Amino acid sequence: MNARNNILDKLRKSVAGSTPINDNYDISLVTKPWSYAPEERINRLRTLMEAVHTEIHITTQKNWPPLVEQLLHDKQIPSLLIAPNTPHGRQLEAYWNGKAELPSLKAYDRPIEQWKADLFNETPASLTGTLGAITATGSLVLWPDQHEPRLMSLVPPLHIALLHASKIEDNFYTFHEKYKWREGMPTNALLISGPSKTADIEQVLAYGAHGPKDLVVLIIKDA
Amino acid sequence: MSELFYNAAPNATRIAAPIPTQREYPDQKPQHVYLFGTCVVDLFYPEAGMDSIRLLEREGITVHFPQGQSCCGQPAYTSGYTDEAREVARAQLALFRQDWPLVVVSGSCAGMIRHHYSELFKNEPATLLQIEALAARTYELAEFLLNVCKVGLKDRGAPTKVALHTSCSARREMNTHLHGRALLAQLEAVQRVDHDHESECCGFGGTFSVRMPDISGAMVADKTRALQESGAAQVVTADCGCLMNINGALEKQNATLRGQHLASFIWQRTGDRT
Amino acid sequence: MTQMTRIPVLELPTPSFKTRARQALNDEQLRRNFRVAMDSLMTKRLAIMSDPDERERLREMGNHIRARALSKLPDLLEKLEANLTRNGIQVHWAETVDEANAIVQSIAEAHKAKHLIKGKSMVSEEMNMNHVLEKQGIECLESDMGEYIIQLAGQKPSHIIMPAIHMNAAQVASLFSDTLGTEYTTDVDELIQTGRHVLRQKFFEADIGISGVNFAVAETGTLLLVENEGNGRMSTSVPPVHIAVTGIEKVVENLRDVVPLLSLLTRSALGQPITTYVNMISSPRKSHELDGPQEVHLVLLDNGRSQAFADGELRQTLNCIRCGACMNHCPVYTRIGGHAYGTVYPGPIGKIISPHLLGLENTPDHPSASSLCGACGEVCPVKIPIPSVLRRLREENVKPPEATPHLLRGQGSKYSSRERLAWKSWRKLYTSPTLYKSFTYIATRLRNVTPRNVGPWSKHHAAPKPASRSLHELAREHLGEDKA
Repeated sequence: MNARNNILDKLRKSVAGSTPINDNYDISLVTKPWSYAPEERINRLRTLMEAVHTEIHITTQKNWPPLVEQLLHDKQIPSLLIAPNTPHGRQLEAYWNGKAELPSLKAYDRPIEQWKADLFNETPASLTGTLGAITATGSLVLWPDQHEPRLMSLVPPLHIALLHASKIEDNFYTFHEKYKWREGMPTNALLISGPSKTADIEQVLAYGAHGPKDLVVLIIKDA
Repeated sequence: MSELFYNAAPNATRIAAPIPTQREYPDQKPQHVYLFGTCVVDLFYPEAGMDSIRLLEREGITVHFPQGQSCCGQPAYTSGYTDEAREVARAQLALFRQDWPLVVVSGSCAGMIRHHYSELFKNEPATLLQIEALAARTYELAEFLLNVCKVGLKDRGAPTKVALHTSCSARREMNTHLHGRALLAQLEAVQRVDHDHESECCGFGGTFSVRMPDISGAMVADKTRALQESGAAQVVTADCGCLMNINGALEKQNATLRGQHLASFIWQRTGDRT
Repeated sequence: MTQMTRIPVLELPTPSFKTRARQALNDEQLRRNFRVAMDSLMTKRLAIMSDPDERERLREMGNHIRARALSKLPDLLEKLEANLTRNGIQVHWAETVDEANAIVQSIAEAHKAKHLIKGKSMVSEEMNMNHVLEKQGIECLESDMGEYIIQLAGQKPSHIIMPAIHMNAAQVASLFSDTLGTEYTTDVDELIQTGRHVLRQKFFEADIGISGVNFAVAETGTLLLVENEGNGRMSTSVPPVHIAVTGIEKVVENLRDVVPLLSLLTRSALGQPITTYVNMISSPRKSHELDGPQEVHLVLLDNGRSQAFADGELRQTLNCIRCGACMNHCPVYTRIGGHAYGTVYPGPIGKIISPHLLGLENTPDHPSASSLCGACGEVCPVKIPIPSVLRRLREENVKPPEATPHLLRGQGSKYSSRERLAWKSWRKLYTSPTLYKSFTYIATRLRNVTPRNVGPWSKHHAAPKPASRSLHELAREHLGEDKA
């Protein structure tokens, strides 16, 4: 603990007698330039996310499972990782039930240690929900949890994310306020704004660096 | 005093000075001004100083040139010799006692007086008051001609193309590039051409040019190349440090292009009346 | 095939900054690589911060937030520690890089870890972590594409955001084909896929993941990391243990403070509205969760930061959120690149932080390597007055080493009694109108015998020639003796 005390002592000595600076946070600066009419939100989100190679589809609560089926078929994906204990996981399973020759559904239902190799090598795609999205920056918000673990949106090369249109907020400030993030954060919270990318070689943009190569967002317009 | 004292205690956590508001200019031009010639102009470009005097006199202003003046102190200040800079600055302060505008022939020197004297004298509250008043009436020449004298220039010269170079610190502290451009725009037969990386430093930086001659040399080589490729027949600047740097490099390269002080350029084209 | 860059990666202090700078200036490929890259980064930043009013007000806000955090730094660090600990994250403190490395090493030993995979962390570069651990038989592999490339090349980052910006695709292509045995290709997509393939396996196998931290949020006990590639998420989510290393200045008071800082960071750095990933970590895996590291550690490193903190003016250095915009806009950095500085942090911010990390005696030329043009200060998203701080460091650097108060390690490293005497004479001359008058009289009258060679100036310039009469003389003649 010596280092701790030494550091803190030095710092305290250096600010001795000086007054802390007041918090004059101007909320309008981080909200006003980033406010949108409700009908604008989807368009802006779409424009921003498509600009970084995200595939976006607008669908409905009833029609998204067949859309997933279609997408997997078009992309020739043999299996899909789902979170079986989520409402959307159950809905997809129900839709899949009894249909022949569909890609197999794989459930993330046990600790990673028990199937790490499978996740890394044999899991081409995943489907997750989202907490919502942020219009200003074109970002999905994910709060992974025990039912839908964090590696789902990271390791499989294709990530399909469901987003309810009603959960799209204007900006990061309003989002974090609405969900009272300051009162407690989950183990891991994420903003995801496209498939993984890099420009580390000569500033040439290349997609599919370490995370998903493809991100597909299904925006569910609520009735 | 707020701007000068915003973070006075040595161990106080500092916040940035407030975003400067647009400078307000007097409605009428004054009857008298002081001229600050600067050390480089004094020795190397006295004609720029004389042409500044002529331009101001043409506006009906009486120009005062206190003979005790020498240098704003900037060379020592930027080299880290703060005490030496302070004493040279102090010697200038005593010269401009009347409440007249102080017009400075070189942009970065005007910036030194307006923006850095407060740091030099931060431990002398009485001097700080004097400095705040001086800073408020200190103008770079082009700014003064444009916004205080509100000159209307009648161009009598032949059509030509010029490139404008502005001292980086002066541009950033006082928008001097806008003043220079506005004055050149008044000259009918003068076409101002842009040059590559126009806002980039010419590499002078006072003692930087002798302490780091290789880097400074690479910068001025790029700057002079850009100026030559711009198609300009000549270079105009209102900062004499940059002028010495650019002209010195052009001469070394045996180039024909040269730079001239803005005051001389304007005076030569507008003759002896507006 | 293009030659690999010839700029050697060197331990301070030999050869000197000036020597390295000269080598860089003579490397045309290197200069082209930097010029093109920096131009593009400047354009992107301006495009995404096109509203000057919004930009300037947000920068001011960013400055206030960072200053507020620094003004209560010891309290915030304690609060951060308490909240992280409550969340189950183990906090360690290190005054020196040796202590920090020892902490990482002891965690590795406790887990019998042999393979570490690293996200991207400039603090780990300060620690020279890869080499230190390697000597203990522990592999520490970089996974950020740029960092991976330079690790393969045996180099150091030349830019804090784009570590391999000094290389072009052809140089990376040769490197990959030489070291990984892949077929030579300059196709960037293919090169990246090679990196992805190799590193996926490494993420899979790694015993410990290492990362940096962009913002440590005291209020919630959250470590926030930004990145585009996903390697940061991999490093912090896949291995069973995660160790984050960061400087003590990275703490912010609360989560809402992050909102403007994040916007300033990604827009200033790369001209992006946001990075692909913003990764917020507030605890290790909870008992019912299925993935994530079982242990999360945070190492808080001082390494000279408390020296900068001791002085209000120098403290502003610690506002930095490591966006790299100051380098992108610096005419010096653009010409000499990152390696010439010989320090982990290059460019303008490097010139003002490195003297605290390494001592002025090891960075004697850094404060002088600037024309003080102000481009860095103009773009800094948290408004660090870099030119003023540079000037201040010059002042400390020419003080007699024994001068008190002794604020800075290595102060007075450029002290020269001759130079000090020269400035004293300058003062005498420029404060005495009589002396000054004689001086200018002599200089103008002897103008034709001024030396043609005036030292370093003559390398790139013709010597300036005094005018035949000074402005003082001409003005006196024109205006008469001034009585005002």
